[in-house]
Amino acid sequence: MRFMMMTSGDESSAQTPPDPQMMAEMGAFIEEMSKAGVLLATGGLEPGGTYVQATGGKMEVLDGPYAEAKEVVVGFALIEVSSREEAIELSRRFWAIVGEGKGVIQQVFGPED
Amino acid sequence: MRRAIDAVWRLESARITAGLARLVRDVGLAEELAQDALVQALEQWPESGVPDNPGAWLMAVAKRRGIDRIRREQRYEAKLAEIGHRLETVEENAFDAVLDEGAIEDDVLRLVFTACHPVLSTPARVALTLRMLGGLATDEIARAFLVPEATVAQRIVRAKRTLAEADVPFETPVGADRAARLASVLEVVYLIFNEGYAATAGDALVRADLCLEALRLGRMLAGLAPGEPEVHGLVALMEIQASRTRARTGADGRPVPLAEQNRGLWDRLLIRRGFAALLRAQRIGAPPGPYVLQAAIAASHAQAASFAETDWRQIAGLYELLVRQTPTPVVELNRAVAVAMAEGPARGLEIVDALGPQLKDYHLLPSVRGDLLARLGRSAEARAEFERAAELTRNAAERQVLLDRAAAQ
Repeated sequence: MRFMMMTSGDESSAQTPPDPQMMAEMGAFIEEMSKAGVLLATGGLEPGGTYVQATGGKMEVLDGPYAEAKEVVVGFALIEVSSREEAIELSRRFWAIVGEGKGVIQQVFGPED
Repeated sequence: MRRAIDAVWRLESARITAGLARLVRDVGLAEELAQDALVQALEQWPESGVPDNPGAWLMAVAKRRGIDRIRREQRYEAKLAEIGHRLETVEENAFDAVLDEGAIEDDVLRLVFTACHPVLSTPARVALTLRMLGGLATDEIARAFLVPEATVAQRIVRAKRTLAEADVPFETPVGADRAARLASVLEVVYLIFNEGYAATAGDALVRADLCLEALRLGRMLAGLAPGEPEVHGLVALMEIQASRTRARTGADGRPVPLAEQNRGLWDRLLIRRGFAALLRAQRIGAPPGPYVLQAAIAASHAQAASFAETDWRQIAGLYELLVRQTPTPVVELNRAVAVAMAEGPARGLEIVDALGPQLKDYHLLPSVRGDLLARLGRSAEARAEFERAAELTRNAAERQVLLDRAAAQ
């Protein structure tokens, strides 16, 4: 089973530079999870981004600012594990390093789902 | 709660068992002690909640049990010796040193080599590997392999006994022995993968899990032995093959051959991971072994935007290298297919007809032969071959495909 784990924050928190000690711990955690064969891809996302919207097959790029975008995804990890509980356990380890924040874990459907 | 504990166990069991094996010098005993720790978690966590660091909790319990066991045995031996030579107490911090990060990775690698030791039968190696490295329960292994749980349980018990009786040391082989031992490990991982990938029966979902399990083991192995090109080769091969999962079964459940697969359904992420693994293998700079070659063939297919754009010359060349290393009729049959695509069906048929009698009951032989004959316009002979292939296959969906082809001649 694949899960997308996303961390969210408001636009301001995405701008605060993380401290070096946490970066090191996170680096080690990411390496460990890659080596364990569960982490497929991970990355941080630019604050803001480009918003688009489509009607009737025609897309347009929206101009900011976007009042409703208080919470934005700031990072993601795509993992492959055997149960949702395993995803939750990995998430627990992630937050033990980061300290505080919010996230969401969603299954990515595959051919068998 | 049970599922939460299982999740922790899946993530931690290999390291715990490996650390214990180093301490007690007996993989079977280590596995039992690790299981004891799991049982204790199952008893306590529902009451106390999952501890903050469940991995460390399990490791601490396992360690205590390991030390208790050693002390007990030392007392026992001391009694036997009657006149005491001084007991060397096990230093707790010696065990802590064993469990530091770098060392534990070495221990996990030792555990892999031990679980896949050639002294064990192949089914025993598979069961032990899934159990000790994958953290799977006996019933999960039994379900995946469509055998009774008691059979798997017995296989594991016997395997542990065999390892103890043969006095297999808990170590990573070096020197001349290493290549053969590594081949044994890779064989087990690829066998697990194929059991899931080429499923001919059973619950499709469970079998897909088996592919995932093999991939996970392979990726883990690549982290533990990054200097081994064949490990990366196997990982690359599995990633690329797994990338086709979604495309290889049609809506009606029938297998879709490579030529007809919708390549848009191939998983680009896995393909990219496969290419990266293949690149790691090649960067080591050794002459390519069988897994690297098979991965290169898979990569060549993955690179072709359509079946028509496949570089068959390159693939035929890779098969030629492969057949030199693994001169089996199955590899030769695959080479015949590639040569037929590169140089025409007549050349392919020559290779097929030169094959010995070993494959006479293998359905892919008449299937390939039928295809080549059909392309040469020899319809009557082609039909007979497809019919024979349909008789030989055990997979119902595949049989229907072959009968359809026979009817179309």
